[in-house]
Amino acid sequence: MTAPVLETIDLEKKFGGLTATSNVSLKVAKGARHALIGPNGAGKTTLINLLTGVLRPTAGRILLDDRDITAVAPHRRVKLGIARTFQINQLFADLTPLETVSLAVSERLGAGKDWWRLVGRRAQLMDEVAEILEGFRLTDVMDERTAILPYGKQRLLEIAVAVASKPRVLLLDEPAAGVPEDERHMILSIVAALPADVSVLLIEHDMELVFQFAQRISVLVNGALFTEGTPDEIARDARVKEVYLGETTDA
Amino acid sequence: MTPTSLIGAIQDRLAARSRWHVLEIAFWLAALSTYYLLPGKHLILTEIAILALFALSLDLILGYAGIISLGHAAFFGFGAYVAGLLAVHGIITEPLLALLASGLAAMLLGFVTSFLVLRGSDLTRIMVTLGVALVLRELANRNGWLTGGADGLQGVEIKPLLGLFRFDMFGRTAYAYSLGVLFVLFLLARRIVNSPFGLSLQSIKGNPLRAAAVGIPVNRRLVAIYTIAAGYAGIAGALLTQTTAFASLDVFAFDRSADLLLVLIIGGTGYLYGGLIGALVFKLMQDYISALTPQYWPFWIGLLLVVIVLVGRERITSWTTPIRALASRLDWRADRRRAQLAPGSHP
Repeated sequence: MTAPVLETIDLEKKFGGLTATSNVSLKVAKGARHALIGPNGAGKTTLINLLTGVLRPTAGRILLDDRDITAVAPHRRVKLGIARTFQINQLFADLTPLETVSLAVSERLGAGKDWWRLVGRRAQLMDEVAEILEGFRLTDVMDERTAILPYGKQRLLEIAVAVASKPRVLLLDEPAAGVPEDERHMILSIVAALPADVSVLLIEHDMELVFQFAQRISVLVNGALFTEGTPDEIARDARVKEVYLGETTDA
Repeated sequence: MTPTSLIGAIQDRLAARSRWHVLEIAFWLAALSTYYLLPGKHLILTEIAILALFALSLDLILGYAGIISLGHAAFFGFGAYVAGLLAVHGIITEPLLALLASGLAAMLLGFVTSFLVLRGSDLTRIMVTLGVALVLRELANRNGWLTGGADGLQGVEIKPLLGLFRFDMFGRTAYAYSLGVLFVLFLLARRIVNSPFGLSLQSIKGNPLRAAAVGIPVNRRLVAIYTIAAGYAGIAGALLTQTTAFASLDVFAFDRSADLLLVLIIGGTGYLYGGLIGALVFKLMQDYISALTPQYWPFWIGLLLVVIVLVGRERITSWTTPIRALASRLDWRADRRRAQLAPGSHP
């Protein structure tokens, strides 16, 4: 296994008496296609929130390229190269996809504090925005308010915004959740086409997507790492079937 | 790979955000014409311009960054007293320089107090801003040696503007000065909200969680706009002192903050003209209704408030949206823009 780009050491998160994450030591390799699965309430989203800094861990450490980022603010982690999508869309309802993507790109280029120049005056930015909008099939709706877009388009925008920050580590929290069948395939192909040097950690309930995508799978149960292995190993693991895959592998 | 037509369309759409609408030009021409056409109304027009600037300030934080305040008079009052003190003690006698100094002083106060409004819900922010205004009012009340206390700041004498234009009793200079300052600061605000910084504020207003997730330093941006808005409010307050040659505790009054919110509700937030139109409607109504029945003014404004909130029940701040949609349909350039967009939208 190559050197991990993102690593957690004995990560723990307690909400009062409830332990949502317990002693998770996870390594995401450089360029990984890593999936994180587990039954509902296993603490998958909590783990993402810890990795991105939305939540502070009760104990343990998070390392990005061997640098301790446990206490780094969420927006700083984005600058360091961690981006995420949300399980439930977190978009800017009153902005258009064009504005949303421009915003993400200009923030990455450090132009977000520019209060004098008008939006859309940087050529480099425009090229990139165009490329992303096209890649995510958003050009036809780029000028609509995000709030009125169909759900599938919003889901694509959700991923597009994360990709616009050019992350080294991309955390995808159930990207295909609730997406209609035909648009689901588009999301699958977009996820598959992400640049090889981007390390991806995918949370997903859709086993077809997980096994098609992942080279490595970690199973989370009750906040703790249950097991980890290649897709074949996980598929064969009787204990995993018991806690989680039971019904779904038959399908 | 990407067709240049798409990049062109994107550039055009983003540029359209800040393009001057024909109604905007008409608005400012109309404002300018009042100076020549309504010479007898310069006093109330000056009041309107000052209220409009004050409302513009609140719109910057409420309409663009989602920070609600019920104590914005803190900065207005602070600016008003700074301008008064500068004049009384002859520290800066040229009005325009004194105006700038008052604005900077208010910005400093805004910066310091901004950290109080970063965290918390709307309710917390309402209480904190209200508290800050009350504290300042009481400080001004208690330190009579400096502020004149409840009697107000006496002996304010305003020197001619730029050393050339005297402030006359009909308010000619005062109105030209106030309108000019309003216009310049409006241009600056327009520039700010259409910049990448302004766009990032709108994203914070829409979804602070996601804003942070695209790398926006949410707190720093909020501090910045709160500081800028405080400067605007301070300048509005300073204008009041300079045009009336007087400052009293009333500049910090709760009524002033509450009326300001009303002005923005009347005019709508988040498109910069809300405060301006709201100020005009509010003052004219106040003038007209109190002339008819002085004691019933609060009754009518209260009724209006209830009606507006019911009409725009989805969100009180966006009840003007249909009107603005109509305005953009009236704009002939919109069609041309849509036509330009068409080739790029079907790759």
